[in-house]
Amino acid sequence: MSTQIFVEFTINVLSMGSLYALISLGLVFVFGICRIVNYAYGEFITASSYALYFLGTFTRLPWALVFILGVSAGVAVGYLSELIAFRAFRGRSLDALLVTSFAVSIVLQRTFQLTISPRAKAVPVPAFFNHNMTVFGVVTPLRNILIIGTTILLLTVFALIMKYTTLGIAMRSASENFVTARLMGVPANLVISVAFVISGFLAGVVAIFWSARTGSVEPLMGAPPLLVGFIAVVIGGMNSLVGAVIGGFVYAILSNILSLTLPSGMLSYRDAVMFIIVIAFLVLKPEGLVRGNYQEESIG
Amino acid sequence: MSSISEATDRTPILEVRDLYVGYGSVLALQGVSLDIYEGELVSICGINGAGKSTVLKAIAGVLKPKSGHIIFKNEEVTGKNPEYLHKKGMALVPEGREIFSTLSVAENLRIGAFGRYNSRRFADDLADYFDLFPILKERYHQSGGLLSGGEQQMLAIARGLISHPDLLLLDEPSLGLSPTRVDDVFELIVKLKERGITILLVEQNAERALAIADRAYLFSTGTVEFDGDAKDLLDNVDITSVYMGGKKGAHIL
Repeated sequence: MSTQIFVEFTINVLSMGSLYALISLGLVFVFGICRIVNYAYGEFITASSYALYFLGTFTRLPWALVFILGVSAGVAVGYLSELIAFRAFRGRSLDALLVTSFAVSIVLQRTFQLTISPRAKAVPVPAFFNHNMTVFGVVTPLRNILIIGTTILLLTVFALIMKYTTLGIAMRSASENFVTARLMGVPANLVISVAFVISGFLAGVVAIFWSARTGSVEPLMGAPPLLVGFIAVVIGGMNSLVGAVIGGFVYAILSNILSLTLPSGMLSYRDAVMFIIVIAFLVLKPEGLVRGNYQEESIG
Repeated sequence: MSSISEATDRTPILEVRDLYVGYGSVLALQGVSLDIYEGELVSICGINGAGKSTVLKAIAGVLKPKSGHIIFKNEEVTGKNPEYLHKKGMALVPEGREIFSTLSVAENLRIGAFGRYNSRRFADDLADYFDLFPILKERYHQSGGLLSGGEQQMLAIARGLISHPDLLLLDEPSLGLSPTRVDDVFELIVKLKERGITILLVEQNAERALAIADRAYLFSTGTVEFDGDAKDLLDNVDITSVYMGGKKGAHIL
């Protein structure tokens, strides 16, 4: 393998892995605290993408502000979906929560279809996102480097918050044993809201880079990133934030290796091969690469 | 009830009246009433399944009663959530210790002080608790999951105490510990009582619990079978027969 291919491979893996890590982290934050497999997570990303579309198309706000407001839309949708939908079913069976997440997902999709448009809209992307830059002799758009930098920054900030702040310690205690955390005075509403806010925030950041890559937003656009998130989570493990990040990067590595090694006639089967790998994980290592603290309980 | 003597003119810190609690259709508590006065060490004894832990969980807000009343510090708190009761001054040290195994000893203690966390006060408390629980100082930065059973119990009690509760609920603190560790736990409970902490102790080890308690309630199949002065119960009730389920065989004088 020439250096050039190696550098290109590394950049692809890091930029794709960064995005995937943020996606799966948003799923695992909610799962870790509430045991909700949140199918509406893709719609959090869609909501943020629409916010980016409206702000970028109809306003002349500076990009920084567009991004901040776009991410805020994800945060708001995450927070409100918990408040309006999930809270009523708290403490019920995991099935009830799962169905609730389907309901939230469908309601949001239909809302986008009916109030905005069933067709795709072009999301404006700042010009500097697509400026080419040269890294070790390889030309790559700046957004690939930006997503890597953003992810490193966010992971560092999250790690510090989770490690040192009282809220972070409370989140970790609640994800290990929710009832006992409440007995210590950790309010259920607080940690669950925070989990959804973080999930919505990550969905917002993902929306910036996902829509920059695809260039458009449409009501059903949440499905592909959701699928990416689930695959990363199956690989990395559902019970650990570290596992979510690792799962995202491992997924990117596997996907890029398949792109490089599959014969050209087989390339269209890349996803099929990927799913076979995922099934193998489910059969051989269902807890994922990082086991984390697995326990069965529902919250009351 | 003759044993309450000087306490009768005061209002209890905790009153439980005619409490019914069930799991699905099974009633685990059938009309339980009890009182705890400030500064008392009260013990609840009885066999497995008598409803001892259920009553603690209901008091601490983990289980919602079907009917009845729980009054804590002059407020009706029936059906309130655990974090509310914790804030109001109740701390439950749960059965099986329930240490956060992925958190360090320091972090476990910090969660115990959640809601009242103040770094200076926390540091003062720690200095105090390190005297009471020297092992926690040694293990301060280790993760909770690496502690032995006895050490975990000490941590669980310290984690309960660090919020300065007005009422400490201890659920089977000696369960699963080696005999010397059991001695440590009972010694510690006596020390806490001497400090004036109000304690409700649920114990399967009735002889040990009655020996240190002021008053006690003997539970049998979800009801209070006997209650009164702990020493009287220890002397006069054939505890083994209560444990065997033979209520009629018990004699109280």
